[in-house]
Amino acid sequence: MSEDATMRGKAAIVGIGETTYYKRGQSPDPEVKLVLDAIQLAAEDAGIDVREIDGFAAYANDRNDPSRLMTAFGSKDMTFNNMVWGGGGGGGSAAVANAVAAVLAGYSKYVVVYRGLAQGQFGRFGQGPQAAVAAGPGAFTAPYGLLSPAQSFAMRIRRFMHEHGAEQSALRAISMATYRHAQSNPRAVMYGRELTEEMYDNSRMIVEPFHLFDCCQENDGAAALIVTTAERARDMKQKPAWVMSAAQGSDYRQAATAHNSPDYATSNFKTLAPRLYAMAGMGPEDVDVLQSYENFTGGVLMSIVEHGFCEPDEVNDFFTLENFSAPDGKLPLNTSGGNLAECYMHGLELVHEAVRQVRGESTCQVPDANVSMVTSGPMVQPVSDLILAADRGVDG
Amino acid sequence: MSAETGAYLPEGLPRPGPAIDGLGAEFWEAAKRHELVVQQCRACGAFQWGPEWICYQCHSDDLTYTRVSGRGIIYSWERVWHPVHPALQEATPYIVVLVELPDAGNVRMAGNLLGDRTQDVVIGAEVEAVFEDKGEGDEAYTLVQWRVVE
Ligand SMILES: [Zn+2]
Repeated sequence: MSEDATMRGKAAIVGIGETTYYKRGQSPDPEVKLVLDAIQLAAEDAGIDVREIDGFAAYANDRNDPSRLMTAFGSKDMTFNNMVWGGGGGGGSAAVANAVAAVLAGYSKYVVVYRGLAQGQFGRFGQGPQAAVAAGPGAFTAPYGLLSPAQSFAMRIRRFMHEHGAEQSALRAISMATYRHAQSNPRAVMYGRELTEEMYDNSRMIVEPFHLFDCCQENDGAAALIVTTAERARDMKQKPAWVMSAAQGSDYRQAATAHNSPDYATSNFKTLAPRLYAMAGMGPEDVDVLQSYENFTGGVLMSIVEHGFCEPDEVNDFFTLENFSAPDGKLPLNTSGGNLAECYMHGLELVHEAVRQVRGESTCQVPDANVSMVTSGPMVQPVSDLILAADRGVDG
Repeated sequence: MSAETGAYLPEGLPRPGPAIDGLGAEFWEAAKRHELVVQQCRACGAFQWGPEWICYQCHSDDLTYTRVSGRGIIYSWERVWHPVHPALQEATPYIVVLVELPDAGNVRMAGNLLGDRTQDVVIGAEVEAVFEDKGEGDEAYTLVQWRVVE
């Protein structure tokens, strides 16, 4: 890859904002108001007027149309708008990447990446389809009680655990690390709600192998972040979180319906991870802290393996609370509490936390964190990932 | 293959139907006749599942549905404890298996594993298709379920 062809170090995240994170149904404000608030907070954090935002990038079929948002703000011009296909959190890092592409292509000055989610006001992801007929691909699963995301993904995880001898303790370590980190984070919905090994083990089974604490929350809230070029980022209010690389996409026939992706026991990162590292000129050994999307713990398990942090047959040794704990574990993981314990903001809160680590502002700060990585949306199609850095290696 | 009376899961779940564009209709019609079919390419012979309008291997649109034996291997499984649909409130736990079909290019199908809902499920175990007739009249349909081969 030639230097010119990459986005490495050419753009940065310069502002982040989020509303209060609520339990599902607890938001006093409608979803679109949450989004407007989050974007204004991000602009404030970046030190710009919200009307200077001229590009909008979202994912996961966000309901909040950029045309409505820019109208509400009274913005003079919209130069770019973009939606990453696919549901779940798979587009979280990709939306950032698309924002970077827009500013580097000269479309936009400031692109906001946003996600608003009020599951109390709209449908719940955790509920199965209630329609009388399952038409098309759903016909091969729904009539058998294979309905929810948890049920869909448990099947993949079970296969991975079978192929590699992974044990429940590996899943538990992920859950416990995220809950531990949330105890330092006042933004976290699970702040003040510690999780012990006994609580995990005794928690009700949702669908084997997932206990309650292996599953993400359902929340209300909104989050937004602002991307701009290196030239602008250098002189702005916040320390830039440099975008060193990003990748998005999907492996061979991963969307084959009725659970027929040829490589089944996968988070779908096998083709992305090499691209991500190649663009950054880095490897897993360079990563100081990781935010890995947890729809379910098992997805984190496979994401970590597929990004080269440990061999698939070594997960029982590597996946420990100690290794995943900030500040000095081998791989501090989901240091805000993530989707499990901070807020299920479809993983945009994970990008925010990656930015905070780079700025040195996390509530579970990894000392001198330079390389801060995000993986978005395991087991869905497409997925995406992102590497941020405090030092892009050219500023001297 | 055989038919069994008594549904594994209660009525009230979504019943299966083809996509709006008609894709998959042949499968559900065959199931009603208690035949298990898989989409196959007439041009290159590849099996593909779920169905699509062209063959992923050679891109031919000359596709058919081929009857297969109904013998399969458990590829993965799960036991569901938390009901996510009103019809399932009294139906947990239940088992869903993902079955690989060796005589259809190892395509996979999901279904319920009949029998004891607390049984140990073994990946690699041999299973056979069981046709479960459900619904009535215009809303009659048949599910393809699975039973361990003793
Ligand atoms: Zn063909």
